[in-house]
Amino acid sequence: MVSITTEPIDMNAAYQHVSTDAAGAITFFFGTVRDNTQNRPVERLEYEAYDRMALAKMQEIADEAGQRWDVRKYAIIHRKGNLAIGDIAVLIAVATPHRADAFDACRYIIDTLKQQVPIWKKEIFEDGQVWVDAHP
Amino acid sequence: MSNRVSVQLFGITREIVGTSALTLDLPKTGQVGELLSNLKEQYPALTGLRSLLVAVNGEYAELNQPLHPNDEIALIPPVSGG
Repeated sequence: MVSITTEPIDMNAAYQHVSTDAAGAITFFFGTVRDNTQNRPVERLEYEAYDRMALAKMQEIADEAGQRWDVRKYAIIHRKGNLAIGDIAVLIAVATPHRADAFDACRYIIDTLKQQVPIWKKEIFEDGQVWVDAHP
Repeated sequence: MSNRVSVQLFGITREIVGTSALTLDLPKTGQVGELLSNLKEQYPALTGLRSLLVAVNGEYAELNQPLHPNDEIALIPPVSGG
């Protein structure tokens, strides 16, 4: 399943979703809100998504991962809106029969999501705000 | 028949343009590239971005792709999800 939510990401629900007797391995990746960027303190993040396209791209990435590795179940969940330090911004969960596929598919999904999925984050500092990676 | 198109804006492009959606005349060539260059002319701050892509109906578009009045068009500044 792929989803975009304004609610806190429920890792237990994601675990229930990917849990399957056919899997000998489940990997989870959590992208979390860090309290600084290059030592500049970050107060919070704001995420914005082009929901329709973002969901379609997330599904394409999941389908591609399923072509490359023996993925039995997966969850890709991205949060949007206002996030505080320590919040989970993105969760990737992959269940496969053996661990190598679980690690590789999970890595592929998060790396490709960061390159292709139309979601944007703004870092809010004490004295300003920056859309991440917008400028050279 | 209308020859206007609407363009959705997100992130920094929404802040540069000052709205989350614009309605524009289709450019003469009817192509993505001309729409993009018209927007950059009108909003010069768009040229300072690291990249600026256009999505048509939910897919990244080439500059020579033709546009149609009912297309769902969006400007895609550098993405930063995750």
